[in-house]
Amino acid sequence: MKGKTVAEKILSKKSGQDARAGDIVEAEVDFVMVNDVTGPIAFRRFESLGLPPKKEKIVLIPDHYVPNKDIASAEQAKEMREFAKRHCIENYFEVGRSGVCHQIMIDEGFAAPGRLIVGADSHTCTYGGLGAFSTGIGSTEAAAAFATGRLWFKVPETIRIELTGKFRKDVGGKDLVIKLITDMGVDGAIYQAWEFGGPGADAMPVPDRLTICNMAIEAGAKAGIFPCDSKTDDYVKDKVRGDYEAVVPDKDARYVKVLRYDLSELEPMVACPHLPENGRPVREVDVAIDQAYLGSCTNGRIEDMRIAAEIIKGRKVAPGVRMIVVPASPSVQRAMIDEGLMTVFMDAGAFVSGPTCGACLGGYMGILAEGEKAVSSTNRNFVGRMGHKGSEVYLAGPAVVAASAVLGRIAVPEDLP
Amino acid sequence: MTVYRGRVWRFGDHVDTDQIIPAERLVSENLDRLGDFAFEKVRPRIAEKMNEGDIIIAERNFGCGSSREHAPLALMDAGISCIVAESFSRIFFRNSINTGLALVECPVEIEEGSEAEVDTSAGTIRDLSTGKVYNFKKHPEFIQNLIESGGLIEAIRRRK
Repeated sequence: MKGKTVAEKILSKKSGQDARAGDIVEAEVDFVMVNDVTGPIAFRRFESLGLPPKKEKIVLIPDHYVPNKDIASAEQAKEMREFAKRHCIENYFEVGRSGVCHQIMIDEGFAAPGRLIVGADSHTCTYGGLGAFSTGIGSTEAAAAFATGRLWFKVPETIRIELTGKFRKDVGGKDLVIKLITDMGVDGAIYQAWEFGGPGADAMPVPDRLTICNMAIEAGAKAGIFPCDSKTDDYVKDKVRGDYEAVVPDKDARYVKVLRYDLSELEPMVACPHLPENGRPVREVDVAIDQAYLGSCTNGRIEDMRIAAEIIKGRKVAPGVRMIVVPASPSVQRAMIDEGLMTVFMDAGAFVSGPTCGACLGGYMGILAEGEKAVSSTNRNFVGRMGHKGSEVYLAGPAVVAASAVLGRIAVPEDLP
Repeated sequence: MTVYRGRVWRFGDHVDTDQIIPAERLVSENLDRLGDFAFEKVRPRIAEKMNEGDIIIAERNFGCGSSREHAPLALMDAGISCIVAESFSRIFFRNSINTGLALVECPVEIEEGSEAEVDTSAGTIRDLSTGKVYNFKKHPEFIQNLIESGGLIEAIRRRK
């Protein structure tokens, strides 16, 4: 028998079967997470079953429309709060202790190597950056997992992505993932997983890995995985709840294909409207912007804030441009305050808020009007994603977002005077 | 098992869940009228014209994007009974099984406005305007059983 990929190993362990690509297995999940948008449907389905919940596995994180945007979202957030109370679910994160669900899953130590985590949010694949197998599911499936702690999975084939070299200055995980999605297309990894390896992956900081795995779904992938190494251990050691097990692939694992990328050849990328696969080098794009948005589960971590602050420091946001900065969690926000980054952004004329999904999904706190263009560190640029159907979203990393805010057009930091 | 017959609505590649139902509509108070908002940003007022039983025919990667189960629910509420596409995004696929929206993976060329008939037990799609018949491969047994149970919640209820 051939060896196994990380996806096959984790699904074997959690299902108690010899899970191979193509098999359908039922596996025990470590955690099941829902947010304020997907939660209410899950709660209704779950209550209809009349079964007790697997409390210790359930994580409830309001993030899309909290702090409550309006009366409808207030009612919705209340449903989650009451569900948590009714079933005595400890892992409910109230506003002030909550933030973008995926960053809370990381900060609060639910996400860890070797774990199988499902979430009713498509960007649940983020925790693959820590060596977990994590994937997005629907509300009904979340309800089923609330009741049984288990879920069925089709074991995905895996695309191996071998990385060499190191990112150049002002280039990072976002630029690589935009390049990957552009090369393979938004359905290039449909029903499959990405697994990263090689010296370029070994040398890559964990926050970049999280950004890359976060957007695996934008190529249709079920999961994106960086196998656990010493960098992962260092990253999770102060956060993780309970024990975890590092899972690495076998040397003779079977891959559906192997792709190779040299990180040192990458340049800053931007994904133009209206699909994440429309990636182009920033230097080939000349677009004036109305808004620059820094935040989200993709690039709302402290490392992203530091990159942007270093570029913004001592400069001003261009006249007529709004820069909106949204840390992904309270711990990111606190670090921004402690490190003086809040002052840097405010001195530049940026708006800084507390953590929320905010405008990333067209929720609130930075919606675009007809004809407006935004450069954004988020993950989707679909028609009308951040507002009016006649608005445009250009996806980029934190360095490009910051440089663009100053120059009023999509630009690289090198273009700054 | 089931035959779906209705008017065809055509869509292309990569129809994302934000097109199917925009995020600003995802609040509990809309849960019993999600169909009113189907495709409102990209094809305004199309939902009013959809009738019970209508069929969507699309190309690659239908339902990509968010995990919102509101997407298949909105389409069903608008009257859609079945979607035929070359491929589906995996979360949308799983959500459809659980909400009872029939999905068929098959590339077909049937024009918008034509009548079509999808027979999931025979594995055929018939263009009733031209008489042309397309054959498709049925879902694996595990998935077929799940669909026949009425989705995951019903399957668990039966097991209880």
